[in-house]
Amino acid sequence: MIDEHLRTPFYDLHLKKGAKMVPFGGYDMPVQYPLGVMKEHLHTRQKAGLFDVSHMGQLVLRGKNYEQVAAELEALIPMDVINLKEGRQRYGFLTNENGGIRDDIIFANRGDHIFMVVNAACVGADLAYFREKISPEISVKHLQNRSLLALQGPMAEDVLAEHYPAICNMKFMDLETIPLAGAECWVSRSGYTGEDGFEISTPKTVAVDLANLLVEHGDVELIGLGARDSLRLEAGLCLYGNDIDLRTSPIEAGLEWAIQRRRRDKGGFPGANRILRDLADGPAKKRVGLQPIGRAPMREGSKLFETEDSIEEIGMITSGGFGPTVRAPISMGYVSSRFAQPDTMIFGEVRGKRLPVKTAKLPFTGPNFKR
Amino acid sequence: MKFTEEHEWLRIEDDLVVVGITEHASTQLGDIVFVELPDEGQTVSKDDEAAVIESVKAASDILAPIDGEIVEVNQAIIDEPSKINEDPLGVGWFFKVKPDDLSQMDDYMDERSYNKLIS
Repeated sequence: MIDEHLRTPFYDLHLKKGAKMVPFGGYDMPVQYPLGVMKEHLHTRQKAGLFDVSHMGQLVLRGKNYEQVAAELEALIPMDVINLKEGRQRYGFLTNENGGIRDDIIFANRGDHIFMVVNAACVGADLAYFREKISPEISVKHLQNRSLLALQGPMAEDVLAEHYPAICNMKFMDLETIPLAGAECWVSRSGYTGEDGFEISTPKTVAVDLANLLVEHGDVELIGLGARDSLRLEAGLCLYGNDIDLRTSPIEAGLEWAIQRRRRDKGGFPGANRILRDLADGPAKKRVGLQPIGRAPMREGSKLFETEDSIEEIGMITSGGFGPTVRAPISMGYVSSRFAQPDTMIFGEVRGKRLPVKTAKLPFTGPNFKR
Repeated sequence: MKFTEEHEWLRIEDDLVVVGITEHASTQLGDIVFVELPDEGQTVSKDDEAAVIESVKAASDILAPIDGEIVEVNQAIIDEPSKINEDPLGVGWFFKVKPDDLSQMDDYMDERSYNKLIS
């Protein structure tokens, strides 16, 4: 097998703009541009950032009608899919029999079908899983002829309004078909930064034209995966593989808000026993924000302890770094539930030393959504 | 001035060796947000982990390029790590070593060889 990474249609644009490329989710992706992670991060919070997120998987689930597909999907996820209105999308996750998380996803009611965006590293497993679990009357298609861009930040609306004025009528988590760069684009008002913004699924044929059109705007900068990570960390959003995985229950992860009432009452999804039990009794550990007291960042893998010399680990950091907007090191991780109360002082191990860190409410910044 | 393959520079100043990281290293690391320096008076051996720097992206070790005693560290970069990005060869220096054996410097590259390495 040749060890070649895939390229998105924006590959040449990234190089032209001076991006440093890294392998991510099977693709060569831009980790940063000459602006650098810090300035790219701040630019997104102040104006607008354009992200190539074409490595993510775009799927369409189609059957006789929406209701049929929704009912089948509900057997695999603890979300209310059936009552999702046309033109609206929801955050969700595929759970396994142990109540862990197979993947976290966004899915939309597109009238007669479901459109779904899944994590790059999970596309193959998700497709195989859907094809195994969903009845053959429903087609599950991986849209490899489309790319995905995200335009995020307080100026994102103004930038898109220059091309499509009615964009202003869209609310957080709406999804509409909108003509951009002369093609049919599927635009949702959502993102992964904690800012207002849009995610744009575009046919590959016009993808680069659209990116050029958007980046031409004086308020728009291309933003790499480095800043995408610090933005989502400040926003308290989980990264699949780091903060949630096959072993974490959504209740431990603090994602119970994504499980609608109807599904809590009736169950009927993989891992319902554990998930509903965690919901009723409280989980043994919880995902929390963590704010180091000193200036040293505490990164993923740092172990957490009750005191400077206690033996027993009480948790672990799953994401950590520096938050350019909060101008301080920030992390998130899991702690035994009795330490999960905000402002609990504990210790994190960094290069063999125990350093003080306190639990904090998530998110660290925002959110600044247009509801 | 001499350069190491670890992208550090060494400069002799009043019988001491001043150590820092190169422009190339600071660009590659990106915005530096945290620095941990050795204690003054600490003895180091060549290739010991002497300091840690963290950028927004990741943590990296800074190795002692020479045997000796740390006689001074740059408090200014602890207070303002961004000084390293601004002026890595000047105000962004890391520490000064009183060398045991100055001839260890001979092993390192001159500017021309270093520029060739990074080009």
